[in-house]
Amino acid sequence: MKRNKSVLLSTPYILWMVAFTLIPLGVVCYYALTDPANGSFTWNNLRQLGMYLPVFGQSILYSLVSAFICLLLGYPVAYYIAHRTPVMQKILYMLVMLPMCMSFLLRTLAWVGLLQDTGIINNLLAAIGLPRLKLIRTPAAVVLGMVYNYLPYMILPLYSVIVKIDHRLIEAAEDLGCNGVQVFGRVILPLSVPGIVSGMTMVFVPAVSTFYISQKLGGTETVLIGDVIERQFKQGNNPNLGAALSLLLMVLVFVCTGILNRFAGDDGEEAVIV
Amino acid sequence: MKKIVSFVLAVCLAFGSLLAGCGGGEDDVTLYVYNWGQYIAEGDEGSLDVIAAFEDRYPNIHVQYSTYDSNEIMYSKLAGGGITVDVIIPSDYMIGRMIQEGMLEELNFDNIPNYQYIDETFRNTDYDPENKYSVPYTWGTVGIIYNTKYVDEADVTGWELLWNEKYAGKILMFDNSRDAFGVAQYLLGYDVNTTDETQLQACADKLAEQKPVVQQYVMDQIFSAMENEEAWIAPYYAGDYLTMAEENPDLAFYFPKEQGFNIFIDAMCIPTCCQEKEAAELFINFLCDPEISGANMDYLGYSTPESAAKAYMDPEIASNPIAYPDDETLAKAGSFSYLPGDTSRYMESLFMTVRNG
Amino acid sequence: MKRVNKALTILIFIFLYIPMAVLIVASFNTGKDVTRFEGFTLNQYIRLFQDGHLLQLLGNSLVVSILASLIATVFGTVAAVGIHNLNPRLRGAVMTLTNIPMTNPDIVTGISLSLLFVFVGSKLLGQRNSLTFGTLLIAHITFNLPYVILNVMPKLNQMDPALENAAMDLGCTPLQAFFKVTLHEIMPGIVSGAIMAFTMSLDDFVISYFVSGMDFVTLPVEIYSYTKKPIQPKVYALFTLLFVLIFVLMVGMNLVQMRSDRKKSEAHGNGK
Repeated sequence: MKRNKSVLLSTPYILWMVAFTLIPLGVVCYYALTDPANGSFTWNNLRQLGMYLPVFGQSILYSLVSAFICLLLGYPVAYYIAHRTPVMQKILYMLVMLPMCMSFLLRTLAWVGLLQDTGIINNLLAAIGLPRLKLIRTPAAVVLGMVYNYLPYMILPLYSVIVKIDHRLIEAAEDLGCNGVQVFGRVILPLSVPGIVSGMTMVFVPAVSTFYISQKLGGTETVLIGDVIERQFKQGNNPNLGAALSLLLMVLVFVCTGILNRFAGDDGEEAVIV
Repeated sequence: MKKIVSFVLAVCLAFGSLLAGCGGGEDDVTLYVYNWGQYIAEGDEGSLDVIAAFEDRYPNIHVQYSTYDSNEIMYSKLAGGGITVDVIIPSDYMIGRMIQEGMLEELNFDNIPNYQYIDETFRNTDYDPENKYSVPYTWGTVGIIYNTKYVDEADVTGWELLWNEKYAGKILMFDNSRDAFGVAQYLLGYDVNTTDETQLQACADKLAEQKPVVQQYVMDQIFSAMENEEAWIAPYYAGDYLTMAEENPDLAFYFPKEQGFNIFIDAMCIPTCCQEKEAAELFINFLCDPEISGANMDYLGYSTPESAAKAYMDPEIASNPIAYPDDETLAKAGSFSYLPGDTSRYMESLFMTVRNG
Repeated sequence: MKRVNKALTILIFIFLYIPMAVLIVASFNTGKDVTRFEGFTLNQYIRLFQDGHLLQLLGNSLVVSILASLIATVFGTVAAVGIHNLNPRLRGAVMTLTNIPMTNPDIVTGISLSLLFVFVGSKLLGQRNSLTFGTLLIAHITFNLPYVILNVMPKLNQMDPALENAAMDLGCTPLQAFFKVTLHEIMPGIVSGAIMAFTMSLDDFVISYFVSGMDFVTLPVEIYSYTKKPIQPKVYALFTLLFVLIFVLMVGMNLVQMRSDRKKSEAHGNGK
């Protein structure tokens, strides 16, 4: 009786989500299948997608590389934080979270000031007599921008998983004769898989669709799919092609995150978030 | 929980009344003006704050001002629907396109008496032959801005400077299809208003060939990039060159006279989504007041279409050869006119391919 | 190994904070350019407070993020209780629905909502201004809701159902049982969900960029257009002030939490 009633509480939410996530996706499909000039049905927008496959490939490559670098850098940090005293953990956690609250546009712009040909790093190099380096407008700069912006999204879920690992398991493994590397490889790492998966997802998804980072830190060759979509809507005035590109992007992201989640096993609602 | 609920309610009510409060008295009008970035005097560096002056004269009109940095962005925003704008200031070719597509309102010139000051040269233009939809705001030329510290004068021979590999990575390029194609068309000797697809394809190839030496495709970002010497060469509008040269005196401006270059006119129009037409016309009229136009142009560095305004300008600016080139130079200039929708779309898709390829 | 970890952690923190340090230093610079420090001044702060427009945009951002996160928190918590009691198959479907905005790239969410609002507003309702404060708020609530749900759901799952039954056995109505027992148990999830929703909302750029119209713009959207022009140094002053504010808020929250943790453990100690 009680159960039935409280179930009704979810109805408004379901209606809201259908109205503002499913229906909008339907509208995107509608735009993707209509002609920009006269609004009639067409397959043309979808046919043009093939042209953009290299751009999709490049976006996926950059964001996967960024996600892996974030994992490599983030894991030791998360591990270190998780093994501090509770007070220290709180402080460090806060310090990781703080950058996430500050304007990511301005922080990316600060990187432009650091990396550009006449920027802070190059001015320093020149001042001590070293040649100026080509830092900005390279693929490395774009990856750096992604790693910088999304690293906290990797550290926080890793931390929350590692901190929950039961110490007795580690001690038991040690008692059974495992050395440090084995303990890490056989106990700690497998137990942090949910954190790794959700960290990878939280870095990969925003990185693959970004347009600001590549616009600011990339060059004329480092065009990402987010740039292309943004330009279709805001400048190219072909929102229909933009809609088709968005659909493909969405499908690709779902496939990629689906593959990632395979590794974590089936735990839709228990997914670790921060 | 109850506390939270009542707090939420209180906040909602507070904002509700706040929003209602914004409406103000019944006669109060909010006028949405959508203009190019850095394209009106805003009161800094001792200039006139044009919008504040307008609101002082018409206290019941409140101006909501926002900016775009290319005609295409402005067009996309209006064509996408969903917004209200009362005054826009597009360029010649875009005005032609918007007239064809029925996106502009006819103006009531009874409300714009200051139209009398507009010079004869700027009336009956290609894009608005019957002077029904637009009132010129500024005009200017497109040329090459370069930094004399790094660029060898011997290389400054024409538009091909923008393709010069010696300066690879230090060259900026327009990030809008029409201006970018214009540069290629002058270089290749084509008509800038061509609808010939093979010529447009040739221009796209030329632009693709340029891509490896281009540092960035930009619009207003050019200001900081040229001023702090991150880039050395860029095609841009003469009026903006004057603003940049104040910050960095090493910058010079070049008219590629032999190949031809572009003259543009930006004019004030009222789009069909306008809701305050009369206030919009008051605003247009106010900007045409020679005294206001003079003070405004002093700040902008662009050229005024009203000779009468020059009396109110700094004489040095009013006689600047870059803002007001001599007749011999002007004779070499071309200008954009309306392109059919198919051609515009074709050009845009070619440009997108250049940018994304 | 530990030492390597420590060194790496310190390096990463330097990496995370250097760009912010650049911006903070720039706010005291007499020159316009972040790359050259020309002299110390507080003028940028004075200019900031003279610029009503910039402060109003900050206000706009706060209004949207506070309202959106509050509404999403209440709405999401209520929904989570409902979802918790759904049968497993339906629950799976609803959680998939919840995950869509989480896994969907922001740009797709932003574009799809903006197309919907314009489609409904201009084509169906014939409005001229279909991207308003209301639609921006709807968009923010929509992407905030999953954060609340995903934070509250695990707490509900962890809770012992016997607790609520016990409360009802003791004479509570289901509603009273919810407010007196359940709410108390899931409070940490609600709070962290609300905080997360608020921060996501406050710094959201991509979705707001596509969904906002002419008359109600948030700070990040405006900052995006500033970065095309030479950025005004007063923006750095605003950044610095926000940095200090958020820092103080976080430290304060941590202190309060630590104190209440200590009280709790003391109370438990006395109970024994």
